Amino acid sequence: MAISREEVLRVAKLAQLALTEDEIEQLTDELGKILDAVSVVAELELADVPPTSHPLDLVNVWDEDVPRASLPLEDVLANAPQAENGLFRVPTWRQ
Amino acid sequence: MAPVVDTLRLTAEGAKDLLERGEVTATELRAAYLDAIAERDGELHCFLRTTDSGGDGVPIALKDVISTKGVETTAGSRILAGYVPVFDATVAARVKAAGLGLLGKTNTDEFAMGSSTENSAYGPSRNPWDPSRVPGGSGGGSAAAVTAGLAPWALGSDTGGSIKQPSALCGNVGLRPTYGSVSRYGVVAFASSLDQVGPVAKTVRDVALLYSIIAGRDPLDSTTAELPEAVRLPEGDSLAGIRVGVPTELNEAEGIEPGVKAAVARTIELAEELGAEVGECSLPRSVRYGMPCYYLIAPAEASSNLARYDGVRYGRRADGASYQEMVDQTRDEGLGPEPKRRIMLGTYALSSGYYDAYYGQAQKVRTLIIEEHREALEQFDVLVSPTSPTVAFEIGERAADPLAMYASDLLTIPSCLAGLPGLSIPCGLSEGLPVGLQLIGPQFGENLLFRVGHALEQALEYETVPERWR
Repeated sequence: MAISREEVLRVAKLAQLALTEDEIEQLTDELGKILDAVSVVAELELADVPPTSHPLDLVNVWDEDVPRASLPLEDVLANAPQAENGLFRVPTWRQ
Repeated sequence: MAPVVDTLRLTAEGAKDLLERGEVTATELRAAYLDAIAERDGELHCFLRTTDSGGDGVPIALKDVISTKGVETTAGSRILAGYVPVFDATVAARVKAAGLGLLGKTNTDEFAMGSSTENSAYGPSRNPWDPSRVPGGSGGGSAAAVTAGLAPWALGSDTGGSIKQPSALCGNVGLRPTYGSVSRYGVVAFASSLDQVGPVAKTVRDVALLYSIIAGRDPLDSTTAELPEAVRLPEGDSLAGIRVGVPTELNEAEGIEPGVKAAVARTIELAEELGAEVGECSLPRSVRYGMPCYYLIAPAEASSNLARYDGVRYGRRADGASYQEMVDQTRDEGLGPEPKRRIMLGTYALSSGYYDAYYGQAQKVRTLIIEEHREALEQFDVLVSPTSPTVAFEIGERAADPLAMYASDLLTIPSCLAGLPGLSIPCGLSEGLPVGLQLIGPQFGENLLFRVGHALEQALEYETVPERWR
């Protein structure tokens, strides 16, 4: 199953990836091959089969609603590339 | 004079005995492992960094996807270079509370995506049996470290085979526990409906001991459950009364090397000699549809989990004139080829117009795979197969072909999708390289896996030290 260059660009935008020209070319080729391989799941008639999102039969595990301390602000910001006045700093929204 | 500790042969249980008898101090024990790392890790590159963090017990190595407070944790990715967690993962806290000092953080394929550690942004680890070959992956660093005597035991993480397959390729014991039995709090997320943390060690008893330290409900991970029974360290060598199922599809799959097949077949015969009842069974859809199902579900979940690497709160940030440009550029520069491939694949499978055909369909296939495992495990106590279709392959051999690399996990993926525990034990050599036997049990059936694994291990008398170091 081929995937078009336009499709790759659309997905890259959704995935927030600024791909280089080489990457776009390579991914167009590789994703086509991988999609071919995984598309065999379409062979199965599964209209009546429920989907699984969690493999255990776990239901409603409740915890006591007890307040506990959060991380100190200093720790939260410790790994930030840029922080200011107790906030994460990012570039302007618009160019 | 410090006592001589032969880290290549010493088990974690043996180390614990030495400590309890006062024949060695915890400091001397850690020093012995740090010496072994200094001696052999230049060649093997199991560790991304070493530490000497104290502890009065048997020291441990942790895969670099496990957050360690104050110790850099990169998940093998450049995007997390310099990231120093401000809290411990629950498993890190539990091993610390048990007195296990941290020796260091082990190499992994970037974000645990891979089967060889070649996808690590920091270079591959090497197989102790033959350094021109891969140690498996993604937890190749932990598995190779245990075999090479650089750590008595280690923790890995497993999404589709990242504990079991490296253990098989390095010739040691690895457990992927039942989904929900070990907390993932503070573990770098890859595919959350599949990720599990588990132990790697030289013996089944060591693995059981480490599992008993990390397992059990954690209020910080809502997918965890209390273990229905306490962990039992296995004893004895009889398999009387154990029904061992041999799923045809997992044992006859295309691509299984003859030497691997032969070693597994001999071990199955051995199980029979030990008193097990052996019979064939079938998992008709697990091999044909397991890998495709996995390579839809795992990338879909990864595309969501890895959205957090945006250069805002932690990790690397690239320059960009606007917020969006900064995010897009950060992700392009910080993430390697395999994470990008999977993010793209997963984003596509979840995108409007494709969701039902890909992700939705894969979730239904997963239901079928769960059901057929349940049926097989109604007839049998455990299921057996090779862990990996092949022995360790050459570095570079599969790196350029994603599908060839994905096939490494053909036999480990189905039971991972089913949420079942799997234990890999070494069962022989093929072409001078270790072969792993995979034992699959029912949910929370770890004690059973330990019992069967231990009995086989005693009968096999497998030597974990690579031939070149004997």
